[in-house]
Amino acid sequence: MQSASLNTTTLKTTPLNAVHRALGARMVDFGGWDMPVNYGSQIEEHHAVRNAAGMFDVSHMLAVDLHGPRVREFLTRALANNVAKLVAPGKALYSCMLNEAGGVIDDLIVYFFREDFFRLVVNAGTADGDLAWLAGLNIKLGTAVDIRPRRDFAMIAVQGPAARERVWQVWPATRAATESLKPFNGVQVGAQVSSDFGDGMIARTGYTGEDGFELVFPAAKAESMWNRLVAAGVKPCGLGARDTLRLEAGMNLYGQDMDDKVSPLDAGLAWTVDLKSERDFVGKAALVARPQAQQFAGLLLIEKGGVLRSHQKVITPQGEGEITSGTFSPTLGQSIALARIPLGIEPGATLHVSVRDKQLAVKVVKLPFARNGKSLLAN
Amino acid sequence: MNHPDNLKYTASHEWVRAEADGSFVIGITDHAQEALGDVVFLELPEVGRKYSQGEACAVIESVKAASDIYMPVAGEVLAVNSALTDTPQDVNGDAYAAWMFRIKPDNAADAAKLLDAAGYEGVAGDH
Repeated sequence: MQSASLNTTTLKTTPLNAVHRALGARMVDFGGWDMPVNYGSQIEEHHAVRNAAGMFDVSHMLAVDLHGPRVREFLTRALANNVAKLVAPGKALYSCMLNEAGGVIDDLIVYFFREDFFRLVVNAGTADGDLAWLAGLNIKLGTAVDIRPRRDFAMIAVQGPAARERVWQVWPATRAATESLKPFNGVQVGAQVSSDFGDGMIARTGYTGEDGFELVFPAAKAESMWNRLVAAGVKPCGLGARDTLRLEAGMNLYGQDMDDKVSPLDAGLAWTVDLKSERDFVGKAALVARPQAQQFAGLLLIEKGGVLRSHQKVITPQGEGEITSGTFSPTLGQSIALARIPLGIEPGATLHVSVRDKQLAVKVVKLPFARNGKSLLAN
Repeated sequence: MNHPDNLKYTASHEWVRAEADGSFVIGITDHAQEALGDVVFLELPEVGRKYSQGEACAVIESVKAASDIYMPVAGEVLAVNSALTDTPQDVNGDAYAAWMFRIKPDNAADAAKLLDAAGYEGVAGDH
């Protein structure tokens, strides 16, 4: 047995740090942030989200508000997905931000509120680099966008089949504003509905493959909002469960499944890259010049012998691949992984993965593995 | 943290119980199971195989991490708790009931080199 020692002296903390510690959370360094990995059993937290309602402190992520008459023009160039898809206020879009070489600088969600106001939510570890990159592009394009990082916000993701009901139970006044909200939409509920949310928002988004809301609100409210959700029966969940849930849902994790050296086309994100329109965007020329070289697939371990983990080698008749994320799936009771493997391998194929001194059989499966409380595997 | 006085410990988080017949029974500590989190896989040593002290002889995996288990003292594996490989989560339930393997030590006096509960608390407290 070996366990890592932790040095928390230089880590950043969210407004909920004291709450996590009071709940007995096991804390880890996650991209420079002192975050809860679990509050007891990670598997129980996972099931709570699949079957009822759980919540995650995601305040380490950064909301970035973009104001000005030329925001849409700016984002048209900045993002690999096409903000032309954002027409109705509140609509959200998942996109990568690419460098000139076509590598992924970050993946993010962009919300459209008004022609002169869009909001990005970006990853924690990449936030500083994102801001510098956005500022540079803004100057280059001369779009004069007012870029406002919102470190004054806290964020809680409430996820699971009962998540929305629990939120309405705590804030009944928000029900009218959010009941008809479709998946991948957000709304600024406004101070007249609930002063708790300020100029934040409630969005029907998440990273678990379950229904739910992401709540964005002034950091000063974080502890009271968290505690009210606990009182309403929402289970606190750590980053451990967040990882198994997103992996089952077939969702990429930045820094693991893709990074600035990896093309989104090789990381299963071609569906988010708009290469059809005439529009130019940063990284487009590189993607056009270098078509997809690998495919992104789900792997299911079909024999005993360990747990699939990132960086394990995948052996295929067409050459080698690599696991980018692997874990034990609590929903399936089997180990699962996301991997980049050679093109031309079909779902259902049996491949092998090097685990320690053994080669274990895995089956290629279509993503996702599980969503909305159940396994999506055919057998 | 729960570390019984009647057991011996290693700095690598194994517990050792000396039996009346001279054999040693080995598992991982409560501190170790808590650090690992939900255990989902266990691979035990081969019965009849000899290991030197400190040699990696078993593997335990939780949802979040894989970890080797090291032989506390040199010896030969007499038996393994193969039932535990089907219910590895029992390690989280009671780390001291979840014994993993039994060995015949090459030298029974080697037990004196192991940590007592107080000594192990010092080690576990650093992590």
